[in-house]
Amino acid sequence: MKHIATLIIGAGQAGLAMSRSLSDRNLPHVVLERGEIANSWRHERWDSLRLLTPNWQSRLPGHAYRGDDPDGFMSMPQVIDFLTGYAAASKAPVEERTRVLSVTAQGNGYDVVTDRGDWHCDALVLASGACNIAAIPALAADVPQQIAQITALDYRNPGQLAPGGVLVVGASASGVQLAAEIRAAGHEVFLSAGEHIRMPRHYRGRDIQWWMDRAGIHTQRPDEIDDIERARRVPSLQLVGSHAQRFCDLNSLAEQGVEITGRLSAIRDGTALFSGALANHCALSDLKMNRLLETLDAWAGERGTGGLGPVERFAATACPAAPRLMLDLARGQVRTILWATGFRPDYRWLHMPVFDRKGRLCHDQGIVAPGLYVLGLPFQRRRNSALIDGVGADAAALADHIVRTRDRSAA
Amino acid sequence: MQTSTMTKPISNGVNTEALIGARGAFEQMPEAAAFTFGSTCDWKEGTYSTNTINGYFGLGQDQERKETFRIDSDHPEVFAAADRAPTPPEIVLAALASCLTGGVAAVAQHRGIQLHRMRAMVEGDIDVRGILGMDPEVRNGFSAIRVRFEIDADATAEEIRALVAQSQKRSAVFDILTNPTAVNVTVA
Repeated sequence: MKHIATLIIGAGQAGLAMSRSLSDRNLPHVVLERGEIANSWRHERWDSLRLLTPNWQSRLPGHAYRGDDPDGFMSMPQVIDFLTGYAAASKAPVEERTRVLSVTAQGNGYDVVTDRGDWHCDALVLASGACNIAAIPALAADVPQQIAQITALDYRNPGQLAPGGVLVVGASASGVQLAAEIRAAGHEVFLSAGEHIRMPRHYRGRDIQWWMDRAGIHTQRPDEIDDIERARRVPSLQLVGSHAQRFCDLNSLAEQGVEITGRLSAIRDGTALFSGALANHCALSDLKMNRLLETLDAWAGERGTGGLGPVERFAATACPAAPRLMLDLARGQVRTILWATGFRPDYRWLHMPVFDRKGRLCHDQGIVAPGLYVLGLPFQRRRNSALIDGVGADAAALADHIVRTRDRSAA
Repeated sequence: MQTSTMTKPISNGVNTEALIGARGAFEQMPEAAAFTFGSTCDWKEGTYSTNTINGYFGLGQDQERKETFRIDSDHPEVFAAADRAPTPPEIVLAALASCLTGGVAAVAQHRGIQLHRMRAMVEGDIDVRGILGMDPEVRNGFSAIRVRFEIDADATAEEIRALVAQSQKRSAVFDILTNPTAVNVTVA
């Protein structure tokens, strides 16, 4: 069994930022990666996906975008290049193609069993990602056999889909982007929308990410938020990494010919039943968007509005007056259901009592247990904890904690 | 500072602290949050019937109220009935209105908004050819329900809209009406 002070599981942006933060503090460590660097970006994303954050906002400890298109949005090959470049520049000690099979507490540290040998470490950082498993509702079991089911993790492009109708379930960034793409490829598309958040790509002449960055929305802390558990579950904003259109929302999809329905509530005798609460979900979405825009306007008012366009407000979502409540899945109109119903992390190899009764990892700002850390989860230490741009500050804070713990035990 | 400008604590008659305390208790003991409500309906004659409502199960045990409540139901004269009480669908509309109204009060209390007056007007459209079995294309129940709130409160129009939206989000009856429920009817 090999021994190392700190082990990091995962060589995505979180693991690489952690590695860099430890190197900057002269802390010995190794990064275990089940596949290659940036593995999820390589193998678990659809072809047309681009980051929802502009290039200038890809900032990691000791590394940032240096290209000539700061306002552009990285494609997946560009994200992979960006992260492999980071690993090389940081000389990150990554052991690729090493899959973790089991983690157990052992003495004052942790035993980590992999398919390429066993490790013992004093500190362990889980940086394996927040989106390993597509979260699919239990009612998927009631989908008729002849309907193909695919998740946002398996979807690559419309060429994968059988001809005919597609029911996209979920209206966060993934759902709206995929509904638009599949509709543009000529399929009949239904989009089932529960709670969602509409957002303009640009506002008063600036990208929405510029606003959230400058106005400090991204760096809000959990103690500044009313209900942090709810904030951690907030669906992603309805954005697409492109300047081509301002909104990718229910309005733009309806204009494109996508039929909008309420949340999928049940499948009964082969018929999909949709909630009648769509109007309220649209109202909640508009209210949330307008509250954020008001916050941004207030911030702009305090700092002065030089260089900004005038205040804008957008017409309410044009929710259908009588949305469809039923869709017969046995009639052949719909051939595929695409689940864009969110993701969850995979900790099946973590054999420790560190989960709540819903199976979620318990942590306090990334500290799970003595010597056990997690990195890259939504709203872990800041609102942007799960973004490439936010994980660096969290990694630095955890690295500082590791230093303090080591110094205390040495004293 | 003059006393008249001192802020008075807002009160909508909702004990928010108790509700927040209950949230904390149910977090620790989720099984206590499993409630079962019921009503017993006795037929009088024709479409006239009386529900009596008292006991329910909650907090891990059977609960009894100090008072037994009654809800009567009948049909109007155009349906050849004696019109002694509202129809069952009207009671459903009333339940929705009460649920949303109580929800607005609770959310307003939690958000520190003083309510002065609130009224909800609810309407439901029914094509009675459905219940008369005349057309299988026509459903029995409401084809559409509309609720219109009139609210006077110390808040902006946007804040009031947010209260009403949040009330719908957390309403039992709104959920019952907008989402399907498995209903199992047996004969003793």
